[in-house]
Amino acid sequence: MARAVTTPRKALNTAIAWTIGLLIFFPILWTVLTSFKTEAEAIANPPVFLFFDWTLENYGVVQERSNYMRFLWNSVIIAGGSTILGIIIAVPAAWSMAFVPSRRTKDILLWMLSTKMLPAVGVLYPIYLLCIELGVLDNRYALVVILMLINLPIIVWMLYTYFREIPGEILEAARMDGASLKDELLYVLTPMAVPGIASTLLLNFILAWNEAFWTLNLTSVDAAPLTAFIASYSSPEGLFFAKLSAASTMAIAPILILGWFSQKQLVRGLTFGAVK
Amino acid sequence: MATQSSRSAARIMMAPAVFLLLVWMLVPLSLTLILSFKRFLPLRGDRIGERGDGFGDFLLDYITGFPTLDWVGFQNFSAFASSGAFTDAVITTLVIVGGVLAVSVIFGILLAMLLDQPMWGQGVVRILVIAPFFVMPTVSALVWKNMFMDPTNGLFAHLWRAFGADPVVWLSDVPMFSLILIISWQWLPFATLILLTAFQSLDSEQLEAAEMDGAGPLARFFFIALPHLSRAITIVILIQTIFLLAVFAEIFVTTGGAFGTRTLTYLIYQRVLESQNIGLGSAGGVYAIILANIVAIFLMRIVGKNLDR
Repeated sequence: MARAVTTPRKALNTAIAWTIGLLIFFPILWTVLTSFKTEAEAIANPPVFLFFDWTLENYGVVQERSNYMRFLWNSVIIAGGSTILGIIIAVPAAWSMAFVPSRRTKDILLWMLSTKMLPAVGVLYPIYLLCIELGVLDNRYALVVILMLINLPIIVWMLYTYFREIPGEILEAARMDGASLKDELLYVLTPMAVPGIASTLLLNFILAWNEAFWTLNLTSVDAAPLTAFIASYSSPEGLFFAKLSAASTMAIAPILILGWFSQKQLVRGLTFGAVK
Repeated sequence: MATQSSRSAARIMMAPAVFLLLVWMLVPLSLTLILSFKRFLPLRGDRIGERGDGFGDFLLDYITGFPTLDWVGFQNFSAFASSGAFTDAVITTLVIVGGVLAVSVIFGILLAMLLDQPMWGQGVVRILVIAPFFVMPTVSALVWKNMFMDPTNGLFAHLWRAFGADPVVWLSDVPMFSLILIISWQWLPFATLILLTAFQSLDSEQLEAAEMDGAGPLARFFFIALPHLSRAITIVILIQTIFLLAVFAEIFVTTGGAFGTRTLTYLIYQRVLESQNIGLGSAGGVYAIILANIVAIFLMRIVGKNLDR
Protein backbone atom coordinates (compact mmCIF):
# COMPACT_ATOMS: atom_id res chain seq x y z
CA MET A 1 0.00 0.00 0.00
CA ALA A 2 2.96 2.28 -0.63
CA ARG A 3 1.76 5.69 -1.73
CA ALA A 4 3.44 8.88 -2.89
CA VAL A 5 4.45 11.06 0.07
CA THR A 6 6.29 14.32 0.57
CA THR A 7 10.06 14.33 1.00
CA PRO A 8 10.08 15.46 4.67
CA ARG A 9 7.66 12.65 5.49
CA LYS A 10 9.90 10.20 3.69
CA ALA A 11 12.93 11.49 5.59
CA LEU A 12 11.10 11.06 8.88
CA ASN A 13 10.11 7.48 7.98
CA THR A 14 13.70 6.76 7.03
CA ALA A 15 15.08 8.15 10.30
CA ILE A 16 12.64 6.21 12.51
CA ALA A 17 12.99 2.97 10.58
CA TRP A 18 16.79 3.07 10.55
CA THR A 19 16.92 3.81 14.28
CA ILE A 20 14.68 0.88 15.13
CA GLY A 21 16.40 -1.38 12.62
CA LEU A 22 19.83 -0.64 14.06
CA LEU A 23 18.51 -1.10 17.60
CA ILE A 24 17.20 -4.56 16.75
CA PHE A 25 20.39 -5.45 14.92
CA PHE A 26 22.62 -4.02 17.66
CA PRO A 27 23.23 -7.25 19.66
CA ILE A 28 24.59 -8.91 16.52
CA LEU A 29 26.71 -5.90 15.62
CA TRP A 30 28.02 -5.68 19.18
CA THR A 31 28.95 -9.39 19.17
CA VAL A 32 30.86 -9.03 15.92
CA LEU A 33 32.69 -5.89 17.15
CA THR A 34 33.53 -7.47 20.51
CA SER A 35 35.06 -10.48 18.78
CA PHE A 36 37.83 -8.18 17.48
CA LYS A 37 38.64 -6.67 20.90
CA THR A 38 40.98 -7.82 23.62
CA GLU A 39 39.29 -9.27 26.71
CA ALA A 40 40.06 -6.08 28.65
CA GLU A 41 38.49 -3.86 26.01
CA ALA A 42 35.48 -6.16 25.78
CA ILE A 43 34.39 -5.25 29.31
CA ALA A 44 35.71 -1.67 29.35
CA ASN A 45 33.50 0.96 31.00
CA PRO A 46 32.59 3.19 29.24
CA PRO A 47 32.34 0.65 26.39
CA VAL A 48 34.51 1.22 23.34
CA PHE A 49 32.58 1.14 20.13
CA LEU A 50 34.85 1.36 17.09
CA PHE A 51 38.11 2.90 18.26
CA PHE A 52 40.03 0.03 19.76
CA ASP A 53 42.97 -2.07 18.63
CA TRP A 54 41.38 -4.53 16.24
CA THR A 55 42.77 -8.00 16.79
CA LEU A 56 42.15 -11.46 15.34
CA GLU A 57 43.64 -13.13 18.39
CA ASN A 58 40.29 -14.40 19.77
CA TYR A 59 39.57 -16.38 16.63
CA GLY A 60 42.90 -18.13 16.95
CA VAL A 61 42.34 -18.88 20.63
CA VAL A 62 38.86 -20.32 20.05
CA GLN A 63 40.11 -22.62 17.31
CA GLU A 64 43.15 -23.71 19.34
CA ARG A 65 41.37 -24.34 22.61
CA SER A 66 38.25 -26.08 21.43
CA ASN A 67 39.00 -27.36 17.97
CA TYR A 68 36.29 -25.23 16.42
CA MET A 69 36.66 -26.86 13.02
CA ARG A 70 35.36 -30.18 14.30
CA PHE A 71 32.14 -28.59 15.57
CA LEU A 72 31.77 -26.68 12.33
CA TRP A 73 32.23 -29.84 10.31
CA ASN A 74 29.60 -31.64 12.44
CA SER A 75 27.17 -28.77 11.83
CA VAL A 76 27.80 -28.91 8.10
CA ILE A 77 27.31 -32.70 7.97
CA ILE A 78 24.19 -32.65 10.15
CA ALA A 79 22.47 -29.66 8.53
CA GLY A 80 23.59 -30.44 4.99
CA GLY A 81 23.03 -34.19 5.20
CA SER A 82 19.57 -33.94 6.73
CA THR A 83 18.48 -31.34 4.17
CA ILE A 84 19.72 -33.23 1.13
CA LEU A 85 18.32 -36.53 2.37
CA GLY A 86 15.00 -34.80 3.09
CA ILE A 87 14.85 -33.30 -0.40
CA ILE A 88 15.57 -36.66 -2.03
CA ILE A 89 12.67 -38.25 -0.15
CA ALA A 90 10.33 -35.28 -0.46
CA VAL A 91 10.65 -34.37 -4.15
CA PRO A 92 8.85 -37.49 -5.47
CA ALA A 93 6.18 -37.21 -2.79
CA ALA A 94 5.50 -33.51 -3.37
CA TRP A 95 5.65 -34.00 -7.13
CA SER A 96 3.01 -36.71 -7.10
CA MET A 97 0.75 -34.77 -4.72
CA ALA A 98 0.97 -31.65 -6.87
CA PHE A 99 0.46 -33.30 -10.27
CA VAL A 100 -1.59 -36.42 -9.50
CA PRO A 101 -3.76 -35.22 -6.62
CA SER A 102 -6.26 -37.69 -5.21
CA ARG A 103 -9.07 -37.33 -2.72
CA ARG A 104 -6.67 -38.13 0.08
CA THR A 105 -3.89 -35.71 -0.86
CA LYS A 106 -5.15 -32.97 1.43
CA ASP A 107 -5.51 -35.36 4.37
CA ILE A 108 -2.00 -36.70 3.84
CA LEU A 109 -0.54 -33.19 3.71
CA LEU A 110 -2.31 -32.14 6.88
CA TRP A 111 -1.32 -35.34 8.63
CA MET A 112 2.33 -34.73 7.70
CA LEU A 113 2.03 -31.25 9.15
CA SER A 114 0.58 -32.69 12.36
CA THR A 115 3.72 -34.80 12.91
CA LYS A 116 5.66 -31.53 12.93
CA MET A 117 3.47 -30.31 15.80
CA LEU A 118 4.53 -33.17 18.05
CA PRO A 119 6.45 -31.56 20.94
CA ALA A 120 10.00 -32.88 20.90
CA VAL A 121 10.17 -33.22 24.66
CA GLY A 122 7.20 -35.60 24.55
CA VAL A 123 9.30 -38.13 22.68
CA LEU A 124 12.69 -37.22 24.19
CA TYR A 125 13.17 -40.41 26.16
CA PRO A 126 11.99 -42.81 23.42
CA ILE A 127 14.42 -41.29 20.91
CA TYR A 128 17.20 -41.25 23.51
CA LEU A 129 16.46 -44.88 24.35
CA LEU A 130 16.37 -45.95 20.70
CA CYS A 131 19.72 -44.22 20.12
CA ILE A 132 21.23 -46.12 23.06
CA GLU A 133 19.79 -49.44 21.95
CA LEU A 134 21.03 -48.91 18.39
CA GLY A 135 24.40 -47.68 19.69
CA VAL A 136 24.12 -44.33 17.92
CA LEU A 137 24.03 -41.87 20.80
CA ASP A 138 26.43 -39.00 20.02
CA ASN A 139 26.55 -40.10 16.39
CA ARG A 140 26.17 -37.46 13.72
CA TYR A 141 24.49 -39.76 11.21
CA ALA A 142 21.75 -40.45 13.74
CA LEU A 143 21.22 -36.69 13.97
CA VAL A 144 21.15 -36.44 10.18
CA VAL A 145 18.24 -38.90 10.16
CA ILE A 146 16.42 -37.31 13.12
CA LEU A 147 16.65 -33.74 11.79
CA MET A 148 15.62 -35.00 8.35
CA LEU A 149 12.47 -36.49 9.88
CA ILE A 150 11.77 -33.33 11.86
CA ASN A 151 12.01 -31.11 8.78
CA LEU A 152 10.49 -33.54 6.27
CA PRO A 153 6.94 -32.12 6.69
CA ILE A 154 8.17 -28.58 6.00
CA ILE A 155 10.19 -29.77 3.00
CA VAL A 156 7.23 -31.64 1.51
CA TRP A 157 4.94 -28.66 2.10
CA MET A 158 7.28 -26.10 0.62
CA LEU A 159 7.98 -28.21 -2.45
CA TYR A 160 4.27 -28.91 -2.84
CA THR A 161 3.36 -25.21 -2.85
CA TYR A 162 6.09 -24.55 -5.44
CA PHE A 163 5.20 -27.51 -7.67
CA ARG A 164 1.53 -26.62 -7.59
CA GLU A 165 2.34 -23.33 -9.28
CA ILE A 166 3.78 -25.15 -12.31
CA PRO A 167 0.91 -25.29 -14.81
CA GLY A 168 -0.04 -28.85 -15.73
CA GLU A 169 -0.92 -27.72 -19.27
CA ILE A 170 2.76 -27.24 -20.04
CA LEU A 171 3.34 -30.93 -19.38
CA GLU A 172 0.43 -31.88 -21.62
CA ALA A 173 1.72 -29.60 -24.36
CA ALA A 174 5.15 -31.19 -24.12
CA ARG A 175 3.57 -34.63 -24.31
CA MET A 176 1.55 -33.65 -27.38
CA ASP A 177 4.75 -32.49 -29.02
CA GLY A 178 6.06 -36.00 -28.53
CA ALA A 179 8.22 -35.57 -25.42
CA SER A 180 8.99 -38.82 -23.62
CA LEU A 181 8.68 -39.07 -19.85
CA LYS A 182 12.44 -38.61 -19.62
CA ASP A 183 12.36 -35.46 -21.78
CA GLU A 184 9.42 -34.18 -19.81
CA LEU A 185 11.27 -34.53 -16.53
CA LEU A 186 14.61 -33.31 -17.80
CA TYR A 187 13.73 -30.39 -20.05
CA VAL A 188 10.32 -29.20 -18.89
CA LEU A 189 9.84 -29.95 -15.25
CA THR A 190 13.36 -29.64 -13.85
CA PRO A 191 14.08 -26.09 -15.05
CA MET A 192 10.76 -24.94 -13.58
CA ALA A 193 11.22 -26.81 -10.32
CA VAL A 194 14.82 -25.84 -9.60
CA PRO A 195 14.16 -22.41 -8.03
CA GLY A 196 11.60 -23.93 -5.64
CA ILE A 197 13.91 -26.77 -4.71
CA ALA A 198 16.80 -24.35 -4.16
CA SER A 199 14.85 -22.15 -1.76
CA THR A 200 13.52 -25.20 0.10
CA LEU A 201 17.09 -26.40 0.44
CA LEU A 202 18.24 -23.06 1.77
CA LEU A 203 15.52 -22.58 4.39
CA ASN A 204 15.81 -26.12 5.70
CA PHE A 205 19.56 -25.90 5.93
CA ILE A 206 19.08 -22.84 8.14
CA LEU A 207 16.47 -24.55 10.31
CA ALA A 208 18.66 -27.62 10.75
CA TRP A 209 21.77 -25.54 11.47
CA ASN A 210 20.00 -23.71 14.32
CA GLU A 211 18.13 -26.72 15.75
CA ALA A 212 18.98 -26.81 19.45
CA PHE A 213 16.92 -29.47 21.17
CA TRP A 214 18.06 -32.75 19.68
CA THR A 215 21.56 -31.50 18.96
CA LEU A 216 22.00 -30.56 22.64
CA ASN A 217 20.40 -33.68 24.08
CA LEU A 218 21.74 -36.40 21.79
CA THR A 219 25.38 -35.35 21.46
CA SER A 220 28.26 -35.06 23.90
CA VAL A 221 31.68 -35.11 22.24
CA ASP A 222 32.00 -36.75 18.83
CA ALA A 223 28.88 -35.48 17.10
CA ALA A 224 28.47 -32.12 18.86
CA PRO A 225 27.68 -29.34 16.36
CA LEU A 226 28.03 -25.57 16.84
CA THR A 227 24.86 -25.27 18.95
CA ALA A 228 26.44 -27.52 21.57
CA PHE A 229 29.83 -25.84 21.18
CA ILE A 230 28.31 -22.46 22.03
CA ALA A 231 26.31 -23.92 24.90
CA SER A 232 29.62 -25.05 26.45
CA TYR A 233 30.34 -21.36 27.04
CA SER A 234 27.38 -21.05 29.41
CA SER A 235 29.58 -21.53 32.47
CA PRO A 236 31.88 -18.51 32.49
CA GLU A 237 35.60 -18.85 33.14
CA GLY A 238 37.35 -15.57 33.88
CA LEU A 239 37.39 -13.04 31.09
CA PHE A 240 35.70 -14.58 28.12
CA PHE A 241 33.41 -12.05 26.40
CA ALA A 242 35.71 -11.56 23.42
CA LYS A 243 36.20 -15.30 22.95
CA LEU A 244 32.47 -15.93 23.31
CA SER A 245 31.89 -13.26 20.68
CA ALA A 246 34.42 -14.77 18.29
CA ALA A 247 32.87 -18.23 18.69
CA SER A 248 29.37 -16.79 18.24
CA THR A 249 30.33 -14.78 15.19
CA MET A 250 31.77 -17.86 13.52
CA ALA A 251 28.65 -19.86 14.35
CA ILE A 252 26.13 -17.36 12.98
CA ALA A 253 27.96 -15.64 10.11
CA PRO A 254 27.36 -18.29 7.42
CA ILE A 255 23.68 -18.57 8.33
CA LEU A 256 23.08 -14.81 8.42
CA ILE A 257 24.36 -14.59 4.87
CA LEU A 258 22.26 -17.52 3.68
CA GLY A 259 19.30 -16.16 5.62
CA TRP A 260 19.34 -12.84 3.85
CA PHE A 261 19.01 -14.67 0.55
CA SER A 262 16.05 -16.67 1.78
CA GLN A 263 13.87 -14.08 3.50
CA LYS A 264 11.13 -14.26 0.86
CA GLN A 265 10.97 -18.05 1.07
CA LEU A 266 10.92 -17.89 4.84
CA VAL A 267 7.35 -16.63 4.87
CA ARG A 268 6.10 -19.30 2.53
CA GLY A 269 8.04 -22.09 4.20
CA LEU A 270 7.10 -21.33 7.77
CA THR A 271 3.43 -20.55 7.19
CA PHE A 272 2.95 -23.66 5.05
CA GLY A 273 1.84 -21.55 2.11
CA ALA A 274 -0.91 -19.84 4.08
CA VAL A 275 0.67 -16.37 3.77
CA LYS A 276 2.31 -15.36 0.53
CA MET B 1 -4.30 -36.44 -16.98
CA ALA B 2 -4.36 -38.86 -14.09
CA THR B 3 -4.46 -42.31 -15.56
CA GLN B 4 -4.53 -45.57 -13.61
CA SER B 5 -0.80 -46.09 -14.08
CA SER B 6 0.13 -42.56 -13.09
CA ARG B 7 -1.97 -42.98 -9.96
CA SER B 8 -0.12 -46.05 -8.86
CA ALA B 9 3.18 -44.39 -9.74
CA ALA B 10 2.15 -41.47 -7.55
CA ARG B 11 1.45 -43.81 -4.68
CA ILE B 12 4.89 -45.37 -4.99
CA MET B 13 6.50 -41.93 -5.08
CA MET B 14 4.72 -40.89 -1.93
CA ALA B 15 5.39 -44.15 -0.08
CA PRO B 16 8.87 -43.42 1.37
CA ALA B 17 7.90 -40.07 2.88
CA VAL B 18 4.62 -41.37 4.28
CA PHE B 19 6.21 -44.54 5.65
CA LEU B 20 9.09 -42.70 7.34
CA LEU B 21 6.82 -40.13 8.97
CA LEU B 22 4.45 -42.85 10.10
CA VAL B 23 7.27 -44.75 11.82
CA TRP B 24 8.69 -41.49 13.22
CA MET B 25 5.32 -40.67 14.74
CA LEU B 26 4.07 -44.06 15.93
CA VAL B 27 7.19 -45.64 17.46
CA PRO B 28 8.21 -42.80 19.83
CA LEU B 29 4.60 -41.98 20.68
CA SER B 30 3.77 -45.55 21.59
CA LEU B 31 6.96 -45.79 23.66
CA THR B 32 6.08 -42.64 25.58
CA LEU B 33 2.57 -43.92 26.12
CA ILE B 34 3.70 -47.34 27.39
CA LEU B 35 6.38 -45.87 29.66
CA SER B 36 3.97 -43.35 31.14
CA PHE B 37 2.10 -46.25 32.75
CA LYS B 38 5.27 -47.82 34.13
CA ARG B 39 7.55 -47.36 37.10
CA PHE B 40 10.96 -46.81 35.51
CA LEU B 41 13.85 -45.49 37.61
CA PRO B 42 17.13 -46.55 35.92
CA LEU B 43 19.15 -45.08 38.80
CA ARG B 44 17.41 -47.45 41.24
CA GLY B 45 18.13 -50.46 39.10
CA ASP B 46 15.01 -50.70 36.92
CA ARG B 47 16.02 -52.19 33.58
CA ILE B 48 14.40 -52.93 30.26
CA GLY B 49 15.26 -56.60 29.77
CA GLU B 50 18.73 -57.85 30.58
CA ARG B 51 21.81 -55.67 30.34
CA GLY B 52 23.79 -55.95 27.12
CA ASP B 53 20.98 -57.38 25.03
CA GLY B 54 20.95 -56.80 21.30
CA PHE B 55 18.43 -54.66 19.47
CA GLY B 56 16.32 -57.73 18.66
CA ASP B 57 15.73 -58.38 22.35
CA PHE B 58 14.84 -54.73 22.81
CA LEU B 59 12.23 -55.03 20.06
CA LEU B 60 10.79 -58.11 21.74
CA ASP B 61 10.56 -56.25 25.06
CA TYR B 62 8.93 -53.31 23.27
CA ILE B 63 6.30 -55.47 21.58
CA THR B 64 5.49 -57.27 24.82
CA GLY B 65 5.22 -53.91 26.65
CA PHE B 66 8.42 -54.06 28.71
CA PRO B 67 7.45 -56.87 31.10
CA THR B 68 10.39 -56.16 33.46
CA LEU B 69 8.91 -52.78 34.44
CA ASP B 70 6.04 -52.57 36.93
CA TRP B 71 2.70 -51.37 35.60
CA VAL B 72 1.46 -48.57 37.86
CA GLY B 73 -1.71 -47.45 36.08
CA PHE B 74 -2.39 -43.72 36.14
CA GLN B 75 -0.11 -43.12 39.13
CA ASN B 76 2.48 -41.20 37.08
CA PHE B 77 -0.19 -38.99 35.57
CA SER B 78 -1.69 -38.06 38.93
CA ALA B 79 1.75 -37.64 40.54
CA PHE B 80 2.93 -35.35 37.75
CA ALA B 81 -0.22 -33.26 37.70
CA SER B 82 -0.56 -32.92 41.47
CA SER B 83 3.02 -31.78 42.13
CA GLY B 84 3.56 -28.08 42.78
CA ALA B 85 6.24 -28.07 40.11
CA PHE B 86 3.63 -28.88 37.47
CA THR B 87 1.36 -25.97 38.35
CA ASP B 88 4.34 -23.60 38.46
CA ALA B 89 5.61 -24.91 35.14
CA VAL B 90 2.24 -24.45 33.47
CA ILE B 91 2.02 -20.86 34.74
CA THR B 92 5.62 -20.14 33.65
CA THR B 93 4.92 -21.61 30.22
CA LEU B 94 1.77 -19.53 29.79
CA VAL B 95 3.54 -16.33 30.91
CA ILE B 96 6.42 -16.88 28.49
CA VAL B 97 4.20 -17.86 25.55
CA GLY B 98 1.73 -15.06 26.27
CA GLY B 99 4.43 -12.45 26.88
CA VAL B 100 6.39 -13.23 23.74
CA LEU B 101 3.20 -13.39 21.67
CA ALA B 102 2.02 -10.00 22.94
CA VAL B 103 5.39 -8.37 22.27
CA SER B 104 5.91 -9.91 18.86
CA VAL B 105 2.37 -9.35 17.56
CA ILE B 106 1.92 -5.76 18.80
CA PHE B 107 5.40 -4.56 17.88
CA GLY B 108 5.30 -6.74 14.77
CA ILE B 109 2.23 -4.87 13.49
CA LEU B 110 3.78 -1.48 14.26
CA LEU B 111 7.09 -2.44 12.70
CA ALA B 112 5.44 -3.90 9.61
CA MET B 113 3.42 -0.71 9.16
CA LEU B 114 6.58 1.35 9.48
CA LEU B 115 8.55 -0.81 7.04
CA ASP B 116 5.69 -0.59 4.56
CA GLN B 117 6.05 3.21 4.34
CA PRO B 118 8.13 4.77 1.58
CA MET B 119 11.70 5.42 2.74
CA TRP B 120 15.32 5.31 1.66
CA GLY B 121 17.18 2.04 2.13
CA GLN B 122 14.07 -0.04 2.85
CA GLY B 123 15.77 -3.26 1.80
CA VAL B 124 18.67 -2.73 4.20
CA VAL B 125 16.38 -1.93 7.14
CA ARG B 126 14.38 -5.06 6.44
CA ILE B 127 17.56 -7.14 6.52
CA LEU B 128 18.59 -5.54 9.84
CA VAL B 129 15.20 -6.30 11.39
CA ILE B 130 15.04 -9.90 10.18
CA ALA B 131 18.62 -10.85 11.15
CA PRO B 132 17.93 -12.01 14.76
CA PHE B 133 15.70 -14.80 13.45
CA PHE B 134 18.73 -16.46 11.88
CA VAL B 135 20.85 -16.43 15.03
CA MET B 136 21.02 -19.84 16.64
CA PRO B 137 19.17 -19.97 19.98
CA THR B 138 22.21 -20.86 22.07
CA VAL B 139 24.12 -17.88 20.66
CA SER B 140 21.38 -15.33 21.22
CA ALA B 141 20.73 -16.55 24.76
CA LEU B 142 24.42 -16.47 25.71
CA VAL B 143 25.09 -13.09 24.09
CA TRP B 144 22.18 -11.54 25.97
CA LYS B 145 23.03 -13.31 29.21
CA ASN B 146 26.68 -12.21 29.25
CA MET B 147 27.26 -9.17 27.13
CA PHE B 148 24.06 -7.36 28.00
CA MET B 149 22.66 -8.75 31.25
CA ASP B 150 25.82 -9.58 33.17
CA PRO B 151 25.53 -7.60 36.44
CA THR B 152 29.20 -6.51 36.51
CA ASN B 153 30.41 -6.30 32.93
CA GLY B 154 27.25 -6.27 30.83
CA LEU B 155 26.26 -3.27 28.74
CA PHE B 156 23.08 -2.76 30.76
CA ALA B 157 25.14 -2.61 33.96
CA HIS B 158 27.40 0.03 32.39
CA LEU B 159 24.34 1.96 31.29
CA TRP B 160 22.70 1.78 34.72
CA ARG B 161 25.91 2.93 36.43
CA ALA B 162 26.22 5.81 33.99
CA PHE B 163 22.91 7.07 35.34
CA GLY B 164 23.98 6.43 38.89
CA ALA B 165 21.68 3.46 39.42
CA ASP B 166 22.56 0.06 40.84
CA PRO B 167 22.90 -2.58 38.11
CA VAL B 168 20.06 -5.07 37.93
CA VAL B 169 20.85 -8.77 38.26
CA TRP B 170 18.59 -9.49 35.31
CA LEU B 171 18.36 -13.26 35.25
CA SER B 172 17.71 -13.70 38.96
CA ASP B 173 15.89 -10.45 39.87
CA VAL B 174 13.54 -10.28 36.88
CA PRO B 175 14.07 -13.68 35.24
CA MET B 176 10.76 -13.87 33.38
CA PHE B 177 11.13 -10.37 31.96
CA SER B 178 14.66 -11.18 30.83
CA LEU B 179 13.65 -14.43 29.17
CA ILE B 180 10.69 -12.81 27.43
CA LEU B 181 13.05 -10.10 26.18
CA ILE B 182 15.54 -12.62 24.79
CA ILE B 183 12.93 -14.84 23.16
CA SER B 184 10.97 -11.87 21.78
CA TRP B 185 14.14 -10.58 20.17
CA GLN B 186 14.29 -13.86 18.25
CA TRP B 187 10.61 -14.00 17.28
CA LEU B 188 9.71 -10.37 16.61
CA PRO B 189 11.47 -10.56 13.21
CA PHE B 190 9.39 -13.58 12.22
CA ALA B 191 6.11 -11.83 13.11
CA THR B 192 7.22 -8.64 11.39
CA LEU B 193 8.19 -10.43 8.20
CA ILE B 194 4.88 -12.28 7.90
CA LEU B 195 2.77 -9.24 8.78
CA LEU B 196 4.76 -7.13 6.34
CA THR B 197 4.03 -9.66 3.59
CA ALA B 198 0.35 -9.43 4.48
CA PHE B 199 0.44 -5.61 4.54
CA GLN B 200 1.93 -5.52 1.07
CA SER B 201 -1.04 -7.36 -0.36
CA LEU B 202 -3.42 -4.72 1.02
CA ASP B 203 -5.23 -2.85 -1.73
CA SER B 204 -4.15 0.80 -1.62
CA GLU B 205 -7.22 1.92 -3.59
CA GLN B 206 -9.43 0.73 -0.80
CA LEU B 207 -7.50 2.85 1.67
CA GLU B 208 -7.61 5.89 -0.58
CA ALA B 209 -11.35 5.50 -1.08
CA ALA B 210 -11.83 5.35 2.69
CA GLU B 211 -9.63 8.41 3.11
CA MET B 212 -11.73 10.35 0.60
CA ASP B 213 -14.88 9.31 2.43
CA GLY B 214 -13.43 10.99 5.48
CA ALA B 215 -12.02 8.03 7.47
CA GLY B 216 -9.17 9.12 9.75
CA PRO B 217 -5.92 7.16 10.13
CA LEU B 218 -7.19 5.28 13.19
CA ALA B 219 -10.43 4.32 11.46
CA ARG B 220 -8.49 3.19 8.41
CA PHE B 221 -6.24 1.07 10.61
CA PHE B 222 -8.99 -0.56 12.67
CA PHE B 223 -11.60 -1.07 9.96
CA ILE B 224 -9.49 -1.82 6.88
CA ALA B 225 -5.89 -2.78 7.73
CA LEU B 226 -6.55 -4.87 10.84
CA PRO B 227 -9.33 -7.04 9.30
CA HIS B 228 -7.09 -7.60 6.30
CA LEU B 229 -4.29 -8.73 8.64
CA SER B 230 -6.46 -10.95 10.82
CA ARG B 231 -5.55 -14.17 9.08
CA ALA B 232 -1.82 -13.42 9.08
CA ILE B 233 -2.03 -12.52 12.78
CA THR B 234 -3.83 -15.77 13.57
CA ILE B 235 -1.16 -17.73 11.74
CA VAL B 236 1.67 -15.89 13.52
CA ILE B 237 0.02 -16.63 16.86
CA LEU B 238 -0.53 -20.32 16.15
CA ILE B 239 2.89 -21.05 14.63
CA GLN B 240 4.73 -19.13 17.32
CA THR B 241 2.73 -20.85 20.05
CA ILE B 242 3.84 -24.23 18.78
CA PHE B 243 7.50 -23.16 18.72
CA LEU B 244 7.28 -21.24 22.02
CA LEU B 245 5.75 -24.18 23.88
CA ALA B 246 8.92 -26.05 22.96
CA VAL B 247 11.44 -23.34 23.97
CA PHE B 248 14.43 -25.14 25.44
CA ALA B 249 17.92 -23.88 24.56
CA GLU B 250 17.25 -20.34 25.82
CA ILE B 251 16.45 -21.67 29.30
CA PHE B 252 19.12 -24.37 29.18
CA VAL B 253 21.98 -21.87 28.78
CA THR B 254 20.64 -18.95 30.85
CA THR B 255 18.92 -19.97 34.08
CA GLY B 256 18.88 -23.76 33.74
CA GLY B 257 15.29 -23.67 34.98
CA ALA B 258 16.14 -21.79 38.21
CA PHE B 259 14.43 -18.64 39.54
CA GLY B 260 10.97 -19.83 38.53
CA THR B 261 11.75 -20.13 34.83
CA ARG B 262 11.02 -23.83 34.57
CA THR B 263 8.59 -24.34 31.72
CA LEU B 264 6.66 -27.53 31.09
CA THR B 265 9.19 -28.55 28.43
CA TYR B 266 12.07 -27.93 30.81
CA LEU B 267 10.36 -29.75 33.70
CA ILE B 268 9.84 -32.84 31.56
CA TYR B 269 13.45 -32.65 30.35
CA GLN B 270 14.64 -32.55 33.97
CA ARG B 271 12.42 -35.46 35.01
CA VAL B 272 13.56 -37.60 32.10
CA LEU B 273 17.27 -36.89 31.68
CA GLU B 274 18.38 -35.30 34.97
CA SER B 275 16.47 -37.14 37.69
CA GLN B 276 15.85 -40.12 35.40
CA ASN B 277 12.28 -40.72 36.49
CA ILE B 278 11.21 -41.98 33.09
CA GLY B 279 7.65 -42.97 33.96
CA LEU B 280 6.87 -39.60 35.50
CA GLY B 281 8.56 -37.71 32.68
CA SER B 282 6.67 -39.73 30.07
CA ALA B 283 3.36 -38.88 31.74
CA GLY B 284 4.45 -35.23 31.52
CA GLY B 285 5.28 -35.81 27.87
CA VAL B 286 1.74 -37.07 27.24
CA TYR B 287 0.38 -33.87 28.81
CA ALA B 288 2.68 -31.77 26.59
CA ILE B 289 1.52 -33.66 23.49
CA ILE B 290 -2.14 -33.06 24.38
CA LEU B 291 -1.47 -29.36 24.97
CA ALA B 292 0.34 -28.94 21.63
CA ASN B 293 -2.42 -30.81 19.83
CA ILE B 294 -5.08 -28.41 21.04
CA VAL B 295 -3.15 -25.57 19.39
CA ALA B 296 -2.36 -27.68 16.34
CA ILE B 297 -6.02 -28.40 15.59
CA PHE B 298 -6.74 -24.69 15.13
CA LEU B 299 -3.68 -24.18 12.94
CA MET B 300 -4.51 -27.16 10.75
CA ARG B 301 -8.02 -25.86 10.19
CA ILE B 302 -6.74 -22.57 8.80
CA VAL B 303 -4.03 -24.17 6.69
CA GLY B 304 -6.52 -26.78 5.46
CA LYS B 305 -9.01 -24.16 4.35
CA ASN B 306 -6.25 -22.54 2.37
CA LEU B 307 -5.63 -25.79 0.48
CA ASP B 308 -9.17 -25.88 -0.91
CA ARG B 309 -8.70 -22.70 -2.89
